Parts: sequence; C-alpha cells; structure tokens
Amino acid sequence: MKTYTHPVYEYVGAPDTGGAPRHWPVVVAGAGPVGLTGAIDLGLRGIDVLLVDEDDTVSVGSRAICWSKRTLEILDRLGCGERLVQKGVGWNVGRVFFRDEQVYEFNLLPGEGYRRPAFINLQQYWVEQFLVERLGELPQAELRWRSKVVGVRQEADRIALRISTPDGEYTVHADWLIAADGAHSPIRNMLGLECEGQVFRDRFLIADILMSSGFPAERRFWFDPPFHRNQSALLHRQADDVWRVDFQLGWDADPEEEKRPERIVPRIRAMLGDAAQFEIEWASVYTFQCQRMRSFRHGRTLFAGDAAHLVSPFGARGANSGIQDADNLAWKLELVLAGQAPEALLDSYDSERTEAADENIRHSTRSTDFITPKGAISRTFRDAVLGLAKRYPFARALVNSGRLSLPVTLGESPLNTPDNTGAFGGGPIPGAVAIDAPVAGPRGKWLLGYVDGGFTLLCFGNAVPADALRSLARDAVACAVVQVGGAAASGACLIEDSEGLAAKRYDAMPGTCYLLRPDQHVCARWRAFELGAVRAAIARATGKPAEAARAAA
Amino acid sequence: MTTLNTEPNVSVPDDFYQDLIDAHRDLTEAQSALLNARLILLLANHVGDLTTLREALAAARDDLGAVK
Ligand SMILES: Cc1cc2nc3c(=O)[nH]c(=O)nc-3n(C[C@H](O)[C@H](O)[C@H](O)COP(=O)(O)OP(=O)(O)OC[C@H]3O[C@@H](n4cnc5c(N)ncnc54)[C@H](O)[C@@H]3O)c2cc1C
Repeated sequence: MKTYTHPVYEYVGAPDTGGAPRHWPVVVAGAGPVGLTGAIDLGLRGIDVLLVDEDDTVSVGSRAICWSKRTLEILDRLGCGERLVQKGVGWNVGRVFFRDEQVYEFNLLPGEGYRRPAFINLQQYWVEQFLVERLGELPQAELRWRSKVVGVRQEADRIALRISTPDGEYTVHADWLIAADGAHSPIRNMLGLECEGQVFRDRFLIADILMSSGFPAERRFWFDPPFHRNQSALLHRQADDVWRVDFQLGWDADPEEEKRPERIVPRIRAMLGDAAQFEIEWASVYTFQCQRMRSFRHGRTLFAGDAAHLVSPFGARGANSGIQDADNLAWKLELVLAGQAPEALLDSYDSERTEAADENIRHSTRSTDFITPKGAISRTFRDAVLGLAKRYPFARALVNSGRLSLPVTLGESPLNTPDNTGAFGGGPIPGAVAIDAPVAGPRGKWLLGYVDGGFTLLCFGNAVPADALRSLARDAVACAVVQVGGAAASGACLIEDSEGLAAKRYDAMPGTCYLLRPDQHVCARWRAFELGAVRAAIARATGKPAEAARAAA
Repeated sequence: MTTLNTEPNVSVPDDFYQDLIDAHRDLTEAQSALLNARLILLLANHVGDLTTLREALAAARDDLGAVK
C-alpha cells in the first residue's frame, strides 16, 4: 500500500503472566473499532480495563469507509471525533445510475446547526489507529497486542480467560467480558453459541485504488451499467486520494480468479475510462450475510459489534452500529460495577441492542434484496422502479442502494419513562438519541458537548430549584443539570440557545425538561420539573425494579 | 375495517379492460411483465395508504393456492 503504513504495535510481556491471575473489572477481547470504543469509554469512566487483541496492527484491507454522524458524536464524547473529521472526506451528493443514464441524485446536506455531517468517509485502519492512540492516553486502560483469547470459563462470580502470547499462556480473571472479537468470534464458539441468519448468494469484488482524479467526492452507484452488465457497481471516495470500487460479481464468480490484477484492472478501466490513472491498494472478494446472536448477554459475557451481529455493507451499519453497542454498554457496566445498578441493567443492553440489530438487519437485507434481486419477478420490479425513477419522483423513494445509517430509536426499552399523554407534539421521544444544536456556553458551541458521560437533565429556562439541583448532584447516581436560557440557577451549567434551534428541536417551552442517559439517549421528558419524577426516571433507567423507582420518587 | 374499495369504481369497466389488454399488445413476455410492474408501482403510489395497499396485496394473493 502506498498511502498507509500499518503500524506494528509491540508485544510487551504481560506483567501478570506468572503468579496468581490478576483480576480486572472488565476485559475486552478484540481491538477492532468496537472493542477500542468500549475500552476507551470504560477507561474514561475510571474503570481498569484490559483490552487484548491477537494481532499487532490495525484493520488490514478494504473494510469500513462510511462513519455516521452518530459515530462521530460518540467519538466526540470520547475525545477523538475531531481527528476522524480532520482526516476524513466529507460527501453529500449521491448519484444513482441505471444502465447508461443517471436516474437521480440526492443530497444528504443535513441542514445547518449540527456539529457533524451525516457521514464522513475514512478507511477503517485510520479510525482504528486514532482510537488506539486515544486509548494510549488513558491510564486506566491497558492494550495488549498478540494476546489471543484461547479459553473462556464462566464461573459463578467471575470469568476466567486463557490468553496466549508469544511468551506462552496465562490466565486473567474478570467481572465482565466484552466479546468484540469480530465476525468469526472465537469466544462465541468457545461458549457454544451461534449467530443465525441469512447468507446472500452473491460475491462482491471490493478494491481500494489510488487515483488523483477530478472526480468530485460523491457516491456513485450503478445498476446494470454498460461497463458491468447485469450487475451493480459502486464508486466512493476516501482519504488520501484512495477510492473504493465495488463490483457485484454474482454467485458463480471464482473468488481467487477475481482477485488477480489481470482481472481487476480491466474492470476498473471500463468503469473509469481508458485515460484513468490508478493503482490498486488492496482487493478482496466478499460474500455478505445478515445474522445475529439470539441474545447479546450470556452471563458475564457481553457480545458487541460483528461478534453479535452482521450486516451487509450497503448502508454502512456494521461498525457504526457496533460503536453504538459499546456506547450503550460502557455506562451500564460502570453503574453495575459501582453497585449503583442491579446486574439486570445489563439485560437492557441485550434488549436494546438486539432491537437495534434487528432494525439494521432489516434495512440492510432490504438494500441487498434490491441490489441483488432474488428471482425474475424481483428483478422485474427492481428494473421497473429504476426505469420510472428518472421521470417520476415517487419511484426515487423506492430505489434502495443502501439507506442512511441513523441511530436506532430504542422506543421499546424498559428503561424509558413514557410521556404523559399529549405532553409533546415533537422533539426526540424517550429512547431516541438527543439532537445536537448550536449553543453558547462554557464548554463549547454544541449542545451534545454538554452531555458527557453521566445522566443529564436538560431543562429549558430556570426550571430546577437550587436545593433540587444540589440533591440531584449528590444522589448515588448523580444527575447534572444543563439549563438552556433563563436566569442562572446556582449549580446548573448555563448555556444559551444561540440560534433558537435547541428549543425548536426539543419542542421546548419554559420549564420543559429532558432526562438524558449517559449515552445521550432520551429516557424521560416532562413539561415541568419535579424532583420525584426525575429520581424515579433515573431509577428506572438504571434497571431498578418498579418499587425502588417509586421509593426514589 | 377494510379500506380497500372492492365495489365497482372504474367509470367504464369495458373500456378500461380493453385498454389494459391493448397496452400489452406486441410486447414480449418480459416487456409485459415490466409494464405490469410499472403499472402496479404507479397505481400503488396513487393509492398511497399502506393499509389499503396491504389489503390489496392480501386480496390478490387470496386463494391463489387453489388455482395451481
Ligand atoms: C467491504 C466492507 C465494507 C464495510 N463498510 C462499512 C462501512 O462503510 N461502515 C461501517 O460501519 N461498517 C462497514 N463494514 C463493517 C465493519 O468493517 C465491521 O462491522 C467492523 O469492523 C466490526 O468491528 P468489530 O470491532 O466488531 O470487529 P473487527 O473489526 O472484526 O475486530 C475484531 C478484532 O478481534 C480480534 N480478535 C479476534 N479473535 C480474537 C481472539 N481470540 N483474541 C483476541 N483478539 C481477537 C481481531 O484481531 C480483530 O482486531 C464493512 C465491512 C466490509 C467487509
């Protein structure tokens, strides 16, 4: 590869190889984007976390390129979103072609007033490198390379892990294990668990090419183009003049044959024209599947990312959803480890993230079915949609070359406190992710920057009496108050709704309060502050039984 | 409650039927299939309401098993 040199991370002999196994609150297996995110989040929460990876470098080959707004927001909270954005390339325009003509184009331009765009494109290895570097800044987190989990034993009150290294094997103990060990998840196999779902009978050539061209940074998707009849193709820009090309090959293609440069170069030439100058950085042939484990929690083991669920890449939901798994899990583990929440809170990780996985699988299956129609009638409808899309706007809505990856609204979550009937006509509902907005205040220009790691009550106007504010700050599960506008209340962090967008996006009136979880999801909201209601909602959002929630009120 | 109108609603039924058949004249089987698909999509969009469309799908599928 010309544009990237894979770092080789040194194996350091583990200090706890000899003697009694060391006990860790959390061990994370797998330093992919998901394991790294989880370890950083836990490390920032002051939890001693050991991250082990069998390899000694970041992701190799052509993998994730599109990182969604929600991923960037999560990484902003973890202190490394800006690096991704600086290095990545922004894009808004997507063009869809059918045969030899463009049938439509779309523009993702999200409207002003959000810190982050809908997507940026960046090679997965860069993202992992930035995450590794961020992790290195946290004294609580330790990353051990060339350390492979080869055995897992769930004991009553802990987990015992066998780790294999160049120096031999050793054992560590942990309260909790996050299995982020990827699609083939050795830990899943060791525990005798399965991932179930559907494999698509199709193959895709995925190549990264280096090309300084005049092409704009936009996504181009072709259905049945003249240069690749009866199949689909994709062109997408990444950082450092690297472009992702993707050719659907059909099930009968020979993967080994298709990986040869003699086969690839003519395909790319046909796509880009004879004048194009390019070099191949990497090429692989993939098949895709949509699968998930039935449950993401097995006793003290929590599965996250590709280990727990797999989607086809159309719609960019793999890493993006895995990062949301980690975001969902870290604060729950913190509370359970601190004895501030029952272990049952971790069951909500399972129910919330399987709900999310199902939505992602649904979207990505639909995209794959559109791109790879199964059978003659599916293909007829697909071609009918594409044929109509050029002339009729309605048909464009049916074209599905991958839907925008949006954060899943955890609408069914048991952690939510339902709205009082009719109280809200808009704004994020309980379960939805909080919405960003431009603000002015002591900690930066974006609202989400004020929701950074604990429970936060976002209130509009001076709604919370000073003594209530103090009580909330002193509770076992503390809650910070961020006040938007109004006269300053002592103890609240005061911000101004500089463009009036916060009030609009939250359907806010003076007195409106939103209770946000540590992962920035809304879990309750009211038109007026009431200490008992807030405490009850926090009790509920931390998995406490209903009686405890009532007592808290 | 059903929302799909299954009572006579086309103003001149015989004319419509003839137009439908005529639309397929001289088409290959593949072209005919494509025309049908386009027609369904256009009409479905005109109807718009998902409940009604689902009722139509169910009605169209109903008792197909027996036809085989
Ligand atoms: C062609 C392609 C395009 C894609 N495009 C996108 C996209 O645009 N956007 C997106 O969000 N996603 C995309 N994805 C998906 C994305 O790459 C994955 O979802 C993501 O890498 C999953 O991260 P992870 O951390 O769960 O697992 P992985 O990245 O697979 O990491 C698992 C880690 O576990 C380690 N490991 C495995 N076994 C052990 C063991 N026994 N002990 C210790 N360590 C172990 C491995 O070394 C590895 O580092 C794409 C995937 C492909 C193939």
